[in-house]
Amino acid sequence: MSLEIVVNGESRTTPPLSVLDYLRSLEIDPARVAVELNMDILPKGEYASTLLKQGDQLEIVHFVGGG
Amino acid sequence: MPQQNPDKFVIGGREFTSRLMVGTGKYASMEQMVRAIEVSGAEIITVAVRRVNISDRSKESLLDHIDLKKYTLLPNTAGCYTADDAIRTCRLAREAGLSDFVKLEVLGDEKTLFPDNEELLKAATVLVKEGFTVLPYTSDDPIVCKKLEDIGCAAVMPLGAPIGSGLGIRNPYNIRIIMDTVKVPVIVDAGVGTASDAAIAMELGCDGILMNTGIAGARDPIAMAEAMNLAVRAGRLAYLAGRIPRKLYATASSPIEGIIA
Repeated sequence: MSLEIVVNGESRTTPPLSVLDYLRSLEIDPARVAVELNMDILPKGEYASTLLKQGDQLEIVHFVGGG
Repeated sequence: MPQQNPDKFVIGGREFTSRLMVGTGKYASMEQMVRAIEVSGAEIITVAVRRVNISDRSKESLLDHIDLKKYTLLPNTAGCYTADDAIRTCRLAREAGLSDFVKLEVLGDEKTLFPDNEELLKAATVLVKEGFTVLPYTSDDPIVCKKLEDIGCAAVMPLGAPIGSGLGIRNPYNIRIIMDTVKVPVIVDAGVGTASDAAIAMELGCDGILMNTGIAGARDPIAMAEAMNLAVRAGRLAYLAGRIPRKLYATASSPIEGIIA
């Protein structure tokens, strides 16, 4: 079974993973990012227990150079 | 600074020694950025919050290069044009960085990058209530600065001139009025083009300066970082030392008595 989700504005398909496993599948270090799930902040402590659902919208952000 | 008078800079209840805050944008390489920040002596560095590129994971991560034990990160809301976008960015920044310091900017237009103070005040009100330590980038307007202080912002950061313009402190009189008007630290943010601009801001009595392009855009950013470090310290010392009054005519430095003629 695979889900359709939107990540940073792009449509993606994924197996039904937890947010933590999904970040790992993208080779993203969970400690270095912040995640919004359907417009609400997802606290880091909930990455492992939160399972992705069909139609979820994820924003994954990090720090870049800026002034 | 003399050791016996450390002249601490307190912001949001935290103590710092350096009064220069620097950005991490526009450098030719991560190595150049790291070296410039080190030479600048800054302890607070600004960063931007952006989407992770999920298709191309080859790009280096900024935090791989920054020693988080040494520097306090100040995430900004650059590129936000509404209070809602700025608030959302601050919430993400806090989650990513685990600190509540934010440089709040809400821009009014792309050409001037001047602040939209109406949206800024709205965003600051919400963020202070949510426990953020808010450092707002604002116009050099004493009335807006007072409102930001009343809301509960930890500092006010009036612009010296438009972001990236290098025009220096265009309205030193407003900056002085702002310092008379608010009790929170006044940090000049934006407009510094060279070392003398930084010294002038500090001689006015500003508590600190935040700059990015002035260093990163210089022909030799590392040398300019050192120049800015010295200028901020020199300007601060001159302010504390108390300059002589300006006079129209000369006053001799050597004694009048005992002249041989």
